[in-house]
Amino acid sequence: MTPDPVTLAILKGRLEGIADEMDATLFRSAFNPIIAEAKDACHGLYHATTGETLVQGTSGLPIFVGAMAFAVKVVIDKVARDGDLRSGDTFLFNDPYEGGTHLNDFRLVRPIFRRGQLFCWIASVGHWLDVGGNVPGGYNPKATESFQEGFRLPPVRLMRDGVLNSDIVDILAANSRVPASNWGDLNGQINALDLGERRLNALVDEHGEELVQGAFAAFSARAEALMRAAIAGLPDGTYTFEDVLDNDGITDEVLTIALDLTIAGEEMVLDFSRSSPPAQGPVSISRATTIAGCYVALKHVFTEVPANAGCLRPIRFVVPDTTLLGAGAPHPVAGYTETVLRLIGVIFGTLAKADPARATAAPFGTINALSIAGHRADGSRFVMFSFFGGGLGGNPESDGLNHANNPISTATIPPVEILEAAYPVMFTQWALRPDSAGAGTHRGGLGAVYEVEALVPASVSLLGERGKVAPFGVGGGGAAAPNRFTYDTPEGPRNPPMVSKVTDVRLAAGQRVRLETPGGGGWGDPASRDPAATARDIKLGYVSAVK
Amino acid sequence: MSAPAKVVGVDVGGTFTDLFLYDEAARSFRTAKVPSNRGDEAVGFLNGLRQFGAVAELASVVHGTTVGTNALLERKGAKVGLITTAGFRDVLEMRRRDRLRTWGLWGDFVPVVDRNFRLEVPERTLADGTLRQPVDLDAVRDAARRLRDMGAQALAIIFINAYANPANERAALAAAEEVWESDAIACSSAILPEIREFERTSTTALNAYLQPVVGSYLGKLDAALKGDGFAGRFHIVQSNGGVMSTESARKLPVRTALSGPAAGVIAAAAIARAAGYPDVVTGDLGGTSFDVSLVVGGETALAAQTTIDFGLVIRTPMIEITTIGAGGGSIARVDVGGLLQVGPESAGSRPGPVCYAGGNTRPTLTDANVVLGRINAERPIGGGLKRLDVEAAKAAILEHVGAPLGLDAMAAAEAILRVANGHMAKAIRLVSIERGHDPARFAAVPFGGGGALHAGALIREVGLKAALVPRFPGINSALGCVIADIRHDQVRTVNLSLEGIDASSLDALMVTEAEAVRQVVAEAGLPVERIDTLFELDMHYAGQTHTVSVPLPLEVAGGTAGVSEAVIRTAFEAAYQASFSRLLHGVPARIVNLRTAAVGRRPHFDLASLAPEPDATVEGARRGTRPVWFGGAWHETAILSRLDLPAGAVIPGPAILEQPDATTVVDPGLTARVDRLGNVIVEAAA
Repeated sequence: MTPDPVTLAILKGRLEGIADEMDATLFRSAFNPIIAEAKDACHGLYHATTGETLVQGTSGLPIFVGAMAFAVKVVIDKVARDGDLRSGDTFLFNDPYEGGTHLNDFRLVRPIFRRGQLFCWIASVGHWLDVGGNVPGGYNPKATESFQEGFRLPPVRLMRDGVLNSDIVDILAANSRVPASNWGDLNGQINALDLGERRLNALVDEHGEELVQGAFAAFSARAEALMRAAIAGLPDGTYTFEDVLDNDGITDEVLTIALDLTIAGEEMVLDFSRSSPPAQGPVSISRATTIAGCYVALKHVFTEVPANAGCLRPIRFVVPDTTLLGAGAPHPVAGYTETVLRLIGVIFGTLAKADPARATAAPFGTINALSIAGHRADGSRFVMFSFFGGGLGGNPESDGLNHANNPISTATIPPVEILEAAYPVMFTQWALRPDSAGAGTHRGGLGAVYEVEALVPASVSLLGERGKVAPFGVGGGGAAAPNRFTYDTPEGPRNPPMVSKVTDVRLAAGQRVRLETPGGGGWGDPASRDPAATARDIKLGYVSAVK
Repeated sequence: MSAPAKVVGVDVGGTFTDLFLYDEAARSFRTAKVPSNRGDEAVGFLNGLRQFGAVAELASVVHGTTVGTNALLERKGAKVGLITTAGFRDVLEMRRRDRLRTWGLWGDFVPVVDRNFRLEVPERTLADGTLRQPVDLDAVRDAARRLRDMGAQALAIIFINAYANPANERAALAAAEEVWESDAIACSSAILPEIREFERTSTTALNAYLQPVVGSYLGKLDAALKGDGFAGRFHIVQSNGGVMSTESARKLPVRTALSGPAAGVIAAAAIARAAGYPDVVTGDLGGTSFDVSLVVGGETALAAQTTIDFGLVIRTPMIEITTIGAGGGSIARVDVGGLLQVGPESAGSRPGPVCYAGGNTRPTLTDANVVLGRINAERPIGGGLKRLDVEAAKAAILEHVGAPLGLDAMAAAEAILRVANGHMAKAIRLVSIERGHDPARFAAVPFGGGGALHAGALIREVGLKAALVPRFPGINSALGCVIADIRHDQVRTVNLSLEGIDASSLDALMVTEAEAVRQVVAEAGLPVERIDTLFELDMHYAGQTHTVSVPLPLEVAGGTAGVSEAVIRTAFEAAYQASFSRLLHGVPARIVNLRTAAVGRRPHFDLASLAPEPDATVEGARRGTRPVWFGGAWHETAILSRLDLPAGAVIPGPAILEQPDATTVVDPGLTARVDRLGNVIVEAAA
């Protein structure tokens, strides 16, 4: 039964509200700041038999929004194999090969039964602080197998008849450096599912199963129609684009991400077959992560298309498992962010060829995970761990945003003063990076310069990218400046052999590291830039005057 | 304490200036509503005051203003110069590395201080307060001179870690004052001595940005009041819902950003508390937005900061108000996917809804209410228009909503109403649930011109237990100005471990802070019954970045606040448990900030003075009937004059209660009753 258009609009608001309330519940009750502050979590409602996304909240982490359908499908497949699905079950897992992203992301998936029938699934994903592995926090830039990144849990039944299986809780506790934190987050996610289940049942009691199912179908149909209309607005043809990762951290060779995008009427094929084979280091990603990344890119371009699976129906993905975009166990995946960010840029670059009027130039394209570790004067151990920002790409509407977060995230950066209060470091610069943006009719946003002095001897590691090939411009716009990392040595400043990836750089007290992040690429011919804007760029020092 | 006197609350909005006069001696009140005079608000302000007779006879005027908010939204503040630590001039522009919206990467950000107006000087303080490098005062003087010569009208000095040790900042301020002629100059440790350099920089810079604007506005009002012989006290409502002197407002204009809306919440909370509803959600429906605020146990909730537009962060305690883009002027349309959308685009008050005949042709929520018969087209609110054009509204709804959806005009109008109700319900659900509350315990307090039109829907859709419509919903903010207490807040970052804390030095700091805030309140010069001091700590478990607010049940007596590790631990565990349900035993706790507030309790405002006349009758309030569209059909509906209803009146729905500043709709199946204070309580029929 399809609801009338008005009821549909109301049900849409109510159902999105349920997902938003689940997000809010977890943000409020999670322990670890990566969920509580950076909002590294997501909730939604999923199709009973396909696992497709039916409804998403508005506050979920973008990359999870794309990946959750895969997570639910994994549970559907397990249940099909094992049988015995009941109301009161809840499944838990962190397998990145089936569910996407990396080992820190724990997914809870729960069936919702109505009148004895499986009605839909609800699910929660959140980033846990530590799941074992060689390096605290799970990120190991030297990993060549996922076993070095943490422990992997396939979908297991965490709850039966609403009762928590304490055996599993004990296994979780034994495999983390911070069991209390994970236990807090697990409870927060269960709270979120409990609330979602209550709210959904109340809504279905009010409107009836048939009407709500009708609404689910209508949402998907609407998303599909909007995506088909968007694709149909692009000229038919095959468009190609490729870009590279600097290296995998083990061997200093570039890795290619290549896309052949074919538009035929209302449908689109994304073929990644020409991409490099799986990497030895931790920059390969699973097929689920690849499709989630495509979803994020398309959602940033076609912002009016709703966040449900209907929008993926007119799109076919070709992601061979012989490429680094379709990797399986035990390829290490902790650096998945770098690969997804490059993939998103490649999609922007390809679409720019199909539709120059709506093109967005490349964003800065790296998370720059920097850790500085050592011992304080009192002997206690510290690890400062943070991600850094850069510029977004120029676009038809505006210059790119200066110093933004990445398209896969909405996380904010910790303040200098919080970092300096917590760790024996002193920032000597925290500034926009002049001349880091690509020139254009609308230039890119500026990247940043972060310079840090160690106040005690320290060991520094970085996982970054974009050190060799800078973010590209579109429509005649120029490229940005590449990422650059410099550290002091007794012999003077040095750059790492792997460009933006390095582990265990030893700093003496008083020595510094300097991270200069890329801006965004430029949009359109720089010669067409408004002369007043160019003059302003020079006056404000965003761009150096021509020498 | 001074003799009873006449106090006037004045709320200047975009369209109307609302006034509420309370005569303390006679325990009587009067209201007035006059057109605002955009650009020269003093004219409307004085015209309004003169409605009550001689301005010279007023003892006190308390003002809720949006002049600060408007200057921020329209980017019409002063040219600001900023002097900061070498290496950090871009903090204001780099923000916290956020972006405009979750989906979509277009759009950029222009800070309120241009990059060439942000200069660096050599100096450095470390996080523990150590002076690593003394400030170069010649460089400071030189920078101040340069900025002055470039045309800066206000100067902000902001150094890294100045919260931990303000010495360099204070020295720089003194040096800059030697060459800076105006009093629009401040350092960050005087505005917000709290950790987090972006939030402190933004707040200090926005304060400087507003200082000349708000100063000149208050100067004009002062002069106008004096011109009319006014010799009383003139005060401003702050975003925290407390009143401050105009001297304080000139120094801290950033604290007035939510002045008007905060006053409305204060009044709604006071009214609801007196009516026996301590737990309410207030909802102010204006032309472009719906502002929702939560009141629990009679207390308004304070947020630590707010963001205006994108990237303009103001960190100062303020009444927590959530705004969604659904107001009377919100435009209804059918999107490319065939879905009906209402808002966030708005026709505002100018040109306004189609029925205002001001030139807009796209239908709004108000147009739907008019077509459905819920708003009386012959007697528009505010008195600015003679009548509303129902036929034009109907035609616009049919064209833009009905035809694309295959509905007739009435069904389309009802559809607009339902979608808008859905938006408002969602906002209320989210603010209550985000705080962990069950909406079923709460009543709605709708105010503003349009809030009470939607009371029934809020009850049904959210599952609220009732709606309480204040006696004068259209002048609620002006009433709030009269009711609001005097308040001053101060924050200080302390960064202490709870375990083994040096309680005596924290105690000494609390005593000093308490004296400082009490003095500000005492100097405000309004009669108060007493001054309360409130202490709150921002605390967390070591390793967390977010904090919980921990109220301390302490007062200063005999030169001590009596703080101890045990008192703090008990209070922290209670607050943490309430917020997050489980404690983390064995993890050390930390204190980040000490927050101190002084509240001067104003003489009790007797809400019973608003009560209906004792000789009022239901029959005397009847104004006939008219057809109103409910649930797909016309219902002949009783129309009553709301202000003529007696206490104890019970009106079954469907009914419409009209008054000059608002309309209350009682849907079929609901009942309205008038309580002893003249409020209308709408609830499910027994």
